[in-house]
Amino acid sequence: MALYLLCIALFTIGLYGILRKRNIIKIVISMMIAEYAINLMFVLVGYRYEGRSPILSPDQEILNMVDPLPQAIVLTAIVIGLAVTAMTVAIAIRIYEKYGTFDVTKINRLRG
Amino acid sequence: MTDTIPRAVYNLIPLFVIIPLAGAFITSLVAKKVKWVADMLANLVSFVLLIASVASVLAVNTYGVLVYQVGIWKPPLGISMVLDPLAAFMLLTVNLVVFLITIYSINYMEKYTAKWNFYTLFLLLVAGMNGVIITGDIFNLFVFLEIASVASYALVAYGTDAEELEASFKYLVMSSVGSFFVLLGIALMYSYTSTLNMADMAIVLAEKGLGRVTYFSAVLFLMGFGLKAALVPFHAWLPDAHPAAPAPISAMLSGVIIKALGVYALIRILYNVIGLPPVFSNVLMFLGALSMIVGVFLAIGQFDLKRLLAYHSISQIGYVVLGIGLGTPLGILGGLFHLFNHSVFKSLLFLNAGAVEYAAGTRDLNSMGGLNKKMPVTGATSLFASLAIAGIPPFNGFFSKLIIIFAAVEAGRMGYALLAVIASILTLASFMKVQKFAFFGKLKESLSDIKEVPFFMKSAMISLALICLFGGLLLMPGIFGRFIKPAAETLHSGNAYSITVMEGIEE
Repeated sequence: MALYLLCIALFTIGLYGILRKRNIIKIVISMMIAEYAINLMFVLVGYRYEGRSPILSPDQEILNMVDPLPQAIVLTAIVIGLAVTAMTVAIAIRIYEKYGTFDVTKINRLRG
Repeated sequence: MTDTIPRAVYNLIPLFVIIPLAGAFITSLVAKKVKWVADMLANLVSFVLLIASVASVLAVNTYGVLVYQVGIWKPPLGISMVLDPLAAFMLLTVNLVVFLITIYSINYMEKYTAKWNFYTLFLLLVAGMNGVIITGDIFNLFVFLEIASVASYALVAYGTDAEELEASFKYLVMSSVGSFFVLLGIALMYSYTSTLNMADMAIVLAEKGLGRVTYFSAVLFLMGFGLKAALVPFHAWLPDAHPAAPAPISAMLSGVIIKALGVYALIRILYNVIGLPPVFSNVLMFLGALSMIVGVFLAIGQFDLKRLLAYHSISQIGYVVLGIGLGTPLGILGGLFHLFNHSVFKSLLFLNAGAVEYAAGTRDLNSMGGLNKKMPVTGATSLFASLAIAGIPPFNGFFSKLIIIFAAVEAGRMGYALLAVIASILTLASFMKVQKFAFFGKLKESLSDIKEVPFFMKSAMISLALICLFGGLLLMPGIFGRFIKPAAETLHSGNAYSITVMEGIEE
């Protein structure tokens, strides 16, 4: 249970960073923190206490196996996260070229 | 029954993802060298998709729910793609708008360099949206959601001006947070049901009962998809992102993306997987009514044409969610019909705004005036669309709003019915303002040498205007029973979705 709560705590730290930080790069890092918290949560969902790795072999009878599906899913989620992060960083660089700053309070030409 | 269905019908289903993905790939490879390929290929792809979506509506009517198994894994294990009446309805809506927008882009995108990049991203976006609609697997839905989202972030920033980048960054951060909530919701649902197939999940939930975890993840889905759909407490990104994009993409974003990624995914999960506990019905109605009113009030004061239209998208999405949230057959019907109508007239309005920007070079209502004299086609189509969105009788918007208001009255929700009427009147007021400032009155001297837009832009706008005019005919007996009614019934059946999906599995 404590582990799940730690995951949620990590997620809220990420959200806090997204909402409160003024520097764009710090926002990007906060997004990554939040995302990895969820990935961690997903892996934990498939975890079993004292479970073994999910590798089948024909001569063994396996009773206590970790659920392999979340692991496969988290790999996909990490790749998607990579694409989103790359996109974010690319836009952040272009914003820096245009505005000359990473401070979100100074990047405010859109109003209303 | 299943043994009589020809293989070709099943093979139709994955095409909705394969064709645009392949199109995007080929465009990115070839079109940089050979310029004309990009236009032709994109239009060919969207035309084939339109044909395929019409075929899918017919196929669903003839054969019932169809399930395609990716690989040959049986559904609870492998990924499945489900073509049911609701999915067919959404596919036709999306691909119809996509087809007309690609026609429009032929001329409009000339002013940008690197047209092939645009088409590559555009087709990826289409692939993602079709994937979200067609998939029967909840994690696969997330993957397609992200494909479409990443493509749309890039498209919003397409002009790479300062404002566009800023809007794109805002959209990106908020939409990613939405995706995080969705992924967290999926993780919790998986932990509770041990399955990712949506039909199987519905069966498990029906047996096991809705635990507290289900309620919690339903709230997460509501926040996540609500962010994508720009319902009111989560709407802040939309009025920046939609105007910043090039006009065809604004039309896509407001016309179909917020519906396919937001509303469709939300209602599919809330109704067909979780089975809509009554409390969520109330929440949906409340959020819908709130978006309806707040959106229209924010819109009235705007003088940037595209920003005004973007706020109206929030308001109209409110109608859709209110109608669907009522949960009665009539309400769902009205909501879905309004979803279709809104995607037609809102994309038309954005294309009009793009045409004005293309010809006159401005989006500011104050510096327009008398455009009817110089741009009769744009003026006339925009009048059609304005009347449709305001709900004036012969146009399609009238019928769907009327159904929603009737449904609200029938369900005993007088307050919501009244709010819907008020929002409709305010919408009319706001579009009269647009017409007065932009298209009627005296021609400004600065605009004396503008010309009407080129052929392809005109033909796309005229087609959409005709759909606006004759959209009400979808309620005619012969068409109604094949297109909208089965879709509404699919939603209304709730958990029974799982049974029909399990019957539709190919032997």
